[in-house]
Amino acid sequence: MAAQMTDAHRRFLQVLMSHGIMEGSEARKLHRRCCEIHKVYYAHDKLDDFISTINSHLQPLFMQIRKGMSEGDGRAHYALVNLAETEITKMASDYTENELELFRKAMDLIILSENGFASSTEILNLADQLKTKKMKKKEAEQVLKVFVEDKWLSERNGEYTLHTRCIIEMEQYILSNYQDVARKCNICHSLAIQSQVCESCGIAMHLPCVRKYFRAQTEPRCPQCNDFWSCDIPGTSRMDSQSPSKTGRAEKSFILSPRRC
Amino acid sequence: MSQRKRSKVSGFSQGDDGDEDFNVSQTPTHSQVQRNLERRSQDQVNQKVSELVQFLLVKDQKKIPIKRADILKKVIREYRDVYSEIINRAGRTLQEVFGLQLVEIDTRHHIYILTSNLPRAEGENLRRDNQTAKLGLLIIILSFIFMRGNSAKDGAVWEFLRRLRVQPGERHEVFGDVKKLVTEEFVRQKYLEITPIPLTDPPEFKYQWGPRAAKETSKKDVLRFVAKIQGKDPTFWTSQYTEAEATP
Repeated sequence: MAAQMTDAHRRFLQVLMSHGIMEGSEARKLHRRCCEIHKVYYAHDKLDDFISTINSHLQPLFMQIRKGMSEGDGRAHYALVNLAETEITKMASDYTENELELFRKAMDLIILSENGFASSTEILNLADQLKTKKMKKKEAEQVLKVFVEDKWLSERNGEYTLHTRCIIEMEQYILSNYQDVARKCNICHSLAIQSQVCESCGIAMHLPCVRKYFRAQTEPRCPQCNDFWSCDIPGTSRMDSQSPSKTGRAEKSFILSPRRC
Repeated sequence: MSQRKRSKVSGFSQGDDGDEDFNVSQTPTHSQVQRNLERRSQDQVNQKVSELVQFLLVKDQKKIPIKRADILKKVIREYRDVYSEIINRAGRTLQEVFGLQLVEIDTRHHIYILTSNLPRAEGENLRRDNQTAKLGLLIIILSFIFMRGNSAKDGAVWEFLRRLRVQPGERHEVFGDVKKLVTEEFVRQKYLEITPIPLTDPPEFKYQWGPRAAKETSKKDVLRFVAKIQGKDPTFWTSQYTEAEATP
């Protein structure tokens, strides 16, 4: 028998739902606040237990709070996902047919791209080719804005990629529907949308995983084929500023348990 | 699952389908529902319950009031004979797992919203995007209406907003089309009720609190908000104070 839910769990769930997705430190803060408000047992390192209590009650509803990594900065995030039928049409019964079609096309572009981004021009050019109902460019622009607001896409300088929430929610869907093109990260074995790819053997790695993996290596070599890693290692300067002993330890445990990425 | 809070979901009495645009198969009696239930597999019924819970949660995210007709058409479909059981179980699950309550805010057209059962926490901020800003504008309008004696004319509301530099004709940086936000979105979300005042030319409108406003906030909270802004004690407004204290 699973642990009982308290109002602290319910409040946590309500706030998480209203945010759509929460970064790890935000979630830890919320955990603490919920326990304080409802005066229930709190231990700062027990967030995952707290969440698994919620999950045991969500399971019969085919829902789950799942942890995932942001492909941009590698930080952990939590989101409530729907396990029942995680296909795009279920994404929210709230979008119209042609909006969903636009999303599907944008997703194709992003997944098929080299770097995990599609430009707004590329996406907007598809607007008048929609089969369900054509869209004016202006309309499509608005729809893209809504997708960003609703945290399905994220945008940087006019380039769109899948939002962390979307990846957490749709990982299984993408892996099974884009079998030949979707890549998995060689380090953490999760779906990789924004990634670097080995020029020799074609394996992919998330940027934060690349960063962590090569941190301790004098010469970056592919973990699979051992060939020289020709892509630029991202954010090396930022890493230098961190305390070396600390990062060294993090690095080791990371390699020993790659799935925890 | 917890046995607590087994009380029936408020608003879901089954005997009031008189003017229903969607017929719930002649509102079967309790024992009929039980018999129908035996014909269905538990898995199928549970599946429907979880679909309904998800449907309600998605609609609630956008604050869209949920029509019973839509529930029947989009979720229940061929399970109408056990509709009351499915909706009761979904309501119970929403309470037990999410701390949310299914409330019928319009008994004539059977329209429902979800409200939180949890006590409001001080300084709680459920959202941090421009949704929060919109709710800020809303609370100002709700305060104005309450302080005016629970009803205000459209002219007065807009004059008041104009003084806060929120102009109906201009595109606002955060609110976008303010006129649309106030007169359409807030109304659709049931925060505000806007009704024409009879025999006015040009037509005038009366602004009042919508049913969601009363569920999600209280006169007491609103008065406290006004008092804080004005730097006075809530008791300064005698009649509003008495009214706020008398309303749960």
